[in-house]
Amino acid sequence: MRPIPVVKPKDLAETLRYLEEGGKPIAGGTDILVAIRKGLEKPPFLVYIGELSELRVLEEKEEGIEVGAALTHLELLSHRGTERLPILRQALRTIGSPAIRATGTIGGNVVTASPAGDSLVALYLLEAQVRLVSQAGERMLPIHEFITGPRKTALKSGEIVRSIFLPYPEGEPLSFFRKVGRRRALVIAVASLGALVWSKNGRVEKARLALGSVAPTILRPREVEEALVGRPVSPEAWEDLVPVLSAATNPISDLRASAEYRRKVAGRLLLALAQTLQTMA
Amino acid sequence: MLLRFRLNGRPVEVETPPGRRLLDLLRQDLGLIGTKEGCGEGECGACTVVVDGKPRLSCLTLAIQVEGKDVLTVEGLAQGGKNHPLQEAFIEAAGVQCGFCTPGLLMAAYALLLHRPNPTKEEVREWLSGNLCRCTGYEQIVEAVMQAAQKFKGIGGGRA
Ligand SMILES: Cc1cc2nc3c(=O)[nH]c(=O)nc-3n(C[C@H](O)[C@H](O)[C@H](O)COP(=O)(O)OP(=O)(O)OC[C@H]3O[C@@H](n4cnc5c(N)ncnc54)[C@H](O)[C@@H]3O)c2cc1C
Ligand code: FES
Ligand code: FES
Repeated sequence: MRPIPVVKPKDLAETLRYLEEGGKPIAGGTDILVAIRKGLEKPPFLVYIGELSELRVLEEKEEGIEVGAALTHLELLSHRGTERLPILRQALRTIGSPAIRATGTIGGNVVTASPAGDSLVALYLLEAQVRLVSQAGERMLPIHEFITGPRKTALKSGEIVRSIFLPYPEGEPLSFFRKVGRRRALVIAVASLGALVWSKNGRVEKARLALGSVAPTILRPREVEEALVGRPVSPEAWEDLVPVLSAATNPISDLRASAEYRRKVAGRLLLALAQTLQTMA
Repeated sequence: MLLRFRLNGRPVEVETPPGRRLLDLLRQDLGLIGTKEGCGEGECGACTVVVDGKPRLSCLTLAIQVEGKDVLTVEGLAQGGKNHPLQEAFIEAAGVQCGFCTPGLLMAAYALLLHRPNPTKEEVREWLSGNLCRCTGYEQIVEAVMQAAQKFKGIGGGRA
């Protein structure tokens, strides 16, 4: 591979100048270097942001944590600050292999905006906010507005993801994350399901579900979330929601799995969730 | 750029484009051909090295990303002409057939032992999950790492 031009700015201000000139950020490089190699991306030059101190802080706030975009999955997994967000840890733990987790960043996962992005399932469940900065100023977008389609985001040219705000959920929801894939490590799930479920006396009070790889973006099946309220926590009591969930999905067929198979897996994951909750309660 | 970093315990300075792949820098510019290129896109782990104590794919790493860092390649495992316990264990447990995957596996295993001197089999499988081997079927490799863990303690533990 011919070396691609890359600069290493010393701070955020210099970074934003380079981005205005048309540079494209590289953090861990685990997505963009593959894309460049495959000819899918041809940036004029790269701006290495992986070690910028402004993007590498984790701030613990009253209502949640604000994580710097250039923190790696491994750093987030081992940081005390993510302890109160088990759903985040459960999702990050399934990413790639140890080398990928030690290299890839949460900012990179968000901007790649893959329908299979594992951190994204947790971010949709937590209703995370993405903090963007450019020379023009700063703005915040909810994750589901930041991601606009498969591998598409609302990021404007000259803009960078500085951090992601993850609010602590109210109360004590149980959290669940499961990914079904062809191989245990490495790339892309066939389907994944994450959930936060608040329950009392064996009944669901509130539920948030998020599915990966079964739609153009991460999917929050609201109709299923609503239908779960008041139901007993048991697979039998959820059986009739399996087709509802399958119908909510809009998967593609690809090398890894057919659309039909993905739909089926999504349904099975719902029952696996019920089963797991039953044993946890 | 003039790139400075530590390589196998020694400081190095090398003139390189900052966007050069670490893999090419090691193999072509520095003559360290132990690190292998399988797929070139993150899928096989043959190019695994250890950077600041953590496993890293050198095919997906640019020169500028290791500036000032501590890089260990398979050439840095043996000390004073003696194989590292991991290398010995791979040979004893028949964890090597064609050997193409071996340097990457050794480095992934080394990183594991830095973090978990007494890993479970499950942890070994997890830490080697990014490394493909077309020959052995993995069982011997997991066995080799378990054996090495026994001998490894105190031998090269703290070094990255
Ligand atoms: C072998 C392999 C296995 C993988 N397995 C998984 C997996 O199981 N699950 C999963 O979700 N992903 C997986 N991935 C994908 C990838 O590792 C993750 O998406 C990772 O989080 C990307 O982070 P990065 O820092 O390496 O991104 P980079 O490659 O550095 O950047 C990715 C994109 O984001 C942009 N970008 C990065 N940071 C910022 C920022 N702060 N602001 C604006 N733009 C930015 C870049 O310009 C680029 O377009 C895998 C990749 C490989 C190679
Ligand atoms: S050559 Fe780097 S992962 Fe295959
Ligand atoms: S020994 Fe041949 S690929 Fe592993």
